[in-house]
Amino acid sequence: MASAALDSKLHRTLRFYEATNGKKTVMALTGAALWGFVIIHLLGNLQVFLGPDKLDKYGEALRATGALLWVARGGLLLCVVLHITAALQLMALKAKARPQPYVKKVATTSTYASRTMYWSGPVILGFIIFHLMHFTWGVPGIHPDFVDGAVHANLVKGLSQPLAAVLYLTAMSMLLFHLYHGIWSMFQTMGLSHPRYTPLVKKAAAGIAIALAGGNIAIVVSVLLGIVK
Amino acid sequence: MNLTLHVWRQKDVATPGQMVRYDAPNVSEHMSFLEMLDVVNEGLILKGDEPIAFEHDCREGICGSCGFMINGIAHGGFKNTTVCQLHMRHFEDGDEVFIEPWRATAFPVMKDLIVDRSAFDRIIASGGYVSVSTGSAPDGNALPIRKQDSDLAMDAAACIGCGACVASCPNAAAALFTGAKISHLAHLPQGQPERKERSLRMVRQMNAELFGNCTNIGECEATCPKGIPIEVIASMNGDFLAASWQERPPVEIAGAG
Repeated sequence: MASAALDSKLHRTLRFYEATNGKKTVMALTGAALWGFVIIHLLGNLQVFLGPDKLDKYGEALRATGALLWVARGGLLLCVVLHITAALQLMALKAKARPQPYVKKVATTSTYASRTMYWSGPVILGFIIFHLMHFTWGVPGIHPDFVDGAVHANLVKGLSQPLAAVLYLTAMSMLLFHLYHGIWSMFQTMGLSHPRYTPLVKKAAAGIAIALAGGNIAIVVSVLLGIVK
Repeated sequence: MNLTLHVWRQKDVATPGQMVRYDAPNVSEHMSFLEMLDVVNEGLILKGDEPIAFEHDCREGICGSCGFMINGIAHGGFKNTTVCQLHMRHFEDGDEVFIEPWRATAFPVMKDLIVDRSAFDRIIASGGYVSVSTGSAPDGNALPIRKQDSDLAMDAAACIGCGACVASCPNAAAALFTGAKISHLAHLPQGQPERKERSLRMVRQMNAELFGNCTNIGECEATCPKGIPIEVIASMNGDFLAASWQERPPVEIAGAG
């Protein structure tokens, strides 16, 4: 068995990342950044309820930031890449750590959300790619009638497709589970646990996850019901 | 009561094993789970078969020798209970009981239900020494420690190293065990000078043994016969983070002296 000596030729950052704890820290920090994006993205989107002009103007304002927008996009992409890379490496380790499965294994107290992180993650990734093709790039065939800059009209037309609406609702429910476990779990990974505060963190995580997924679902449902036109 | 057992039988570490069905007739509700297996083994020996091999020692829930999966749950799933303290009154006539060894790359199956847990010993050994004054007995209360800290250290020190945490974890992680060992010493005044390096060494050894990673699922905490909370994992994570941040290469010539 390899011994884990302290002296190593590896650079200290790589040495940190080499450990499972290092990878988990990267997942927690990038997860926190992506969670921040989900909040801002929802706040932006909720302007859809303030009338058609608001969302179009918000879109223009975002584009007007120019280089800053590309820095934000680059940062988010980096977070996504790091988050997924660490997840894949840990998944590979998981497979190596128990190659022979149990004949019978029962989960006791763990939550559905915690056990399905490796499923909800890829679903969200697939959804993000679809979402970009749908509303950012307006790929013909994915979006029925995409007009560059007409954010509000694109949203209403795009979400009026029943299949797309179902995809959005499915992805948002997976996001809810992923966020719930992710948000409280990042505190644990960063070493923050307390018998008094951790139960509150879990409750807050559930509330925040429901609010974030629910906010997005409200937009889809409002379009389907014709509240937002 | 009469039970049907499905037990993992494996000749040695190199031979693949399989589940074998056994009848366990006339089981008394007063027996412990291990005593029930003892009786089944008596029957197997009388028939000239190989008895089911399992580890056990104190049979009072404090040594950490026994342990296997019962119906898919480590130690059978009763709160703060090892297999030896699990009594047959919890079972009903006609029950089918699945018995399997802990499964992890770091815990190779030696025979039937016995796994090699020396990976745990190597994690403890990797922690190195703890600076403690030896010689004459220390004065009582000469080393001040907060009550809270001594309680937390004692809770973590309750770990008997049975391996149920690894067995219950979907990732076969040893985070609860390593967390308990690191947290136990981290709360005590003795060995504080080695605290940071200890967390680095033990986490790295845990990784070198090919245990999986923690995903904060909590199955370990639920099946730990000593009720050790996953708070110790957070404590380990915090120590590892701080130690990694402060880690620096050794210098050729020390400045002092």
